[in-house]
Amino acid sequence: MNVLMLLATTRRVLDQLRHDHRSIALILVVPALLLTAVYFLYENETLATGAPRTFDRVGLMMLAIFPFVVMFLVTSITMLRERTSGTLERLLTTPIHKADLLFGYGLAFSIMAALQSLVATAVAYWIFGLDIQGSPGLVVMIAVINAVLGVALGLLCSAFARTEFQAVQFMPVVVVPQILLCGLFVARERMNEALEAVSNVLPLTFSVDALQEIATNTEATDQLWMDAGIMVAIVLAVLVLASLTLRRRTA
Amino acid sequence: MSHTAATAPAGPEPEVAVAASSLHVTRGNVSVLRGLDFSIHTGQITGLLGPSGSGKTTLMRAVMGVQLLTSGSVKVLGLPAGHPDLRHRVGYVTQSPSVYPDLTVEANVRYFGAMHRKGRAEAAEAIAAVGLDPQARQKTGDLSGGQLSRVSLACALVARPSLLVLDEPTVGLDPVLRADLWDRFRTMAESGTTLLVSSHVMEEASHCGSLLLLREGKLLAQLTPAELSQRGHSADLEKAFLHIIQDTAEGRSTEGTVRS
Repeated sequence: MNVLMLLATTRRVLDQLRHDHRSIALILVVPALLLTAVYFLYENETLATGAPRTFDRVGLMMLAIFPFVVMFLVTSITMLRERTSGTLERLLTTPIHKADLLFGYGLAFSIMAALQSLVATAVAYWIFGLDIQGSPGLVVMIAVINAVLGVALGLLCSAFARTEFQAVQFMPVVVVPQILLCGLFVARERMNEALEAVSNVLPLTFSVDALQEIATNTEATDQLWMDAGIMVAIVLAVLVLASLTLRRRTA
Repeated sequence: MSHTAATAPAGPEPEVAVAASSLHVTRGNVSVLRGLDFSIHTGQITGLLGPSGSGKTTLMRAVMGVQLLTSGSVKVLGLPAGHPDLRHRVGYVTQSPSVYPDLTVEANVRYFGAMHRKGRAEAAEAIAAVGLDPQARQKTGDLSGGQLSRVSLACALVARPSLLVLDEPTVGLDPVLRADLWDRFRTMAESGTTLLVSSHVMEEASHCGSLLLLREGKLLAQLTPAELSQRGHSADLEKAFLHIIQDTAEGRSTEGTVRS
C-alpha cells in the first residue's frame, strides 16, 4: 500500500466527478428530493396518540438506502469504464497496488457519501423534523458505511459486465432484493422462514437493523456496534473479492 | 550518487534490454505468436513492423508482462517480463489512447505521474514534449484523435521509463508532428532509453536502429533498415519488405513439398 498513490486515485476520481454535474446532482440533490416525496406521502396519515410517524421509520431507512443505491450505480459504471477504456490495464502496468486503487475509489466515494448523508440527514431533521432517540452523527456513520458497501459491490459487479447496459442490469439483481428484504416493507420477524433466512445474510439488513437501534436508543448500543462491525467486515470481504478481479496479466 | 557509482557501480544497464526465447502465445484457438526468439538492445529504437494481425500488439503485451504466455519466456532489463520491480522502469502506450476523457490533459498526466512519484514539473515537461502546452487545461475528451494519442504518450513519458513500448504511436498524426515525435524518440534513445515502436507503415522503419519484421506470428527477420533494403533489393522499404515476404513464402513452399 502506498498512501500517495491511494490519495492520487481519490483525487482523480473526485476530479472526474467534479466534471460530471449530473452525477453530483444524483448524489447530493436527488436523495433530498426523494426524502421530500416520502414526507409528503405520509403527510396526512392519521396516527393513534403516541404512535410514531411512518416518516420517522421509512425516512430514516431511506437515509441508509440512498447512498447504497447511488454509490453502487456510480461506482459500477465508473469502474466498468476504467476496465473497457484500457486505463485499468495501463494503471496495472505502473507500480500502483490494487489496494491503492480500490481504497482510493472507496475513499473518494465515501467522501461523497458523507456529503450526501449530511445533506439528506439535515433535510430530514431540520425541515421534516425527523424524530429519533439517537444521535444524527450515528445515522451519518451508518449511511457512509452503506455507501462504501455500494462502492465495494459496484467494483465487484463491474467485473462481470462487458457494457454499461450490462452493468445497469445488476441493479435489479443485486440492489432491489436487498431493499425488499431489509425490513423496510415488512418487519423481518414477520417474513416467512425462507425470506428471513435470505434477509439474514444480506448486507443492507444490518444497516437497517443498526438504524432501528439508533432510532430507539439515546446511546449507541452494543447491537449497533455489532451491526456496524459486520457491515465493515462484509465491505472488506467484497473489496478483497473485487481485487481478485483486477488481473495484471490476461489472456 | 557519484560516490556510490565510484565504490560500487550499480552495474551498467544490461546491453540487452529485452530478450525473448521461443515465445508462444495462443489466444482462444488462434496461435498468435509462434516461437519468437529475439533480443532488443539498450538505448536503441527497435521498430516492430508487420501487417495488421501479425501479432505486434500481442508481442508488446508480452514484453509489458500483461499477456499470459503459452510457453517460452520474455526477459526485460534482466527480469522476467511483468516483474514488480519493472513497473517503475517500463512505460506502455496502447494503440487506442488509454486516458480519462473527463479529466484535463494536465490532470491525466499528473495522475499517471503520481504513480512514479513525479510532480507538477515533470508533468508539464511531458506535456510540452508532445506539443500539448496550449491544451494542458482542456478536457481530454474534447481533443482531436491525434491530440488524444499524444496525451496518452505524455502519460507514459512522465515516468521517464528506461524502456518505452509504443503501439502505433504515430497513427493519425500529421507529417510535421510525426517528424517531431521521431526526433524526440531519437533524443530519448541517445540518452539511454530503449524504445520498442510498432508500426504498419514501412516508411517509419527508416527511423529505427533495428527492425523486427513480424508476419503471421513469426519473426521473418531482425535487421537494420539498410540490411532490409539490401535483402529486399529495394530502397523503398515497403517494397523491400514485400520482397522478403515473397522470398520467405517461396522458401516455405519448397520446404512444404518436402514435408508433405
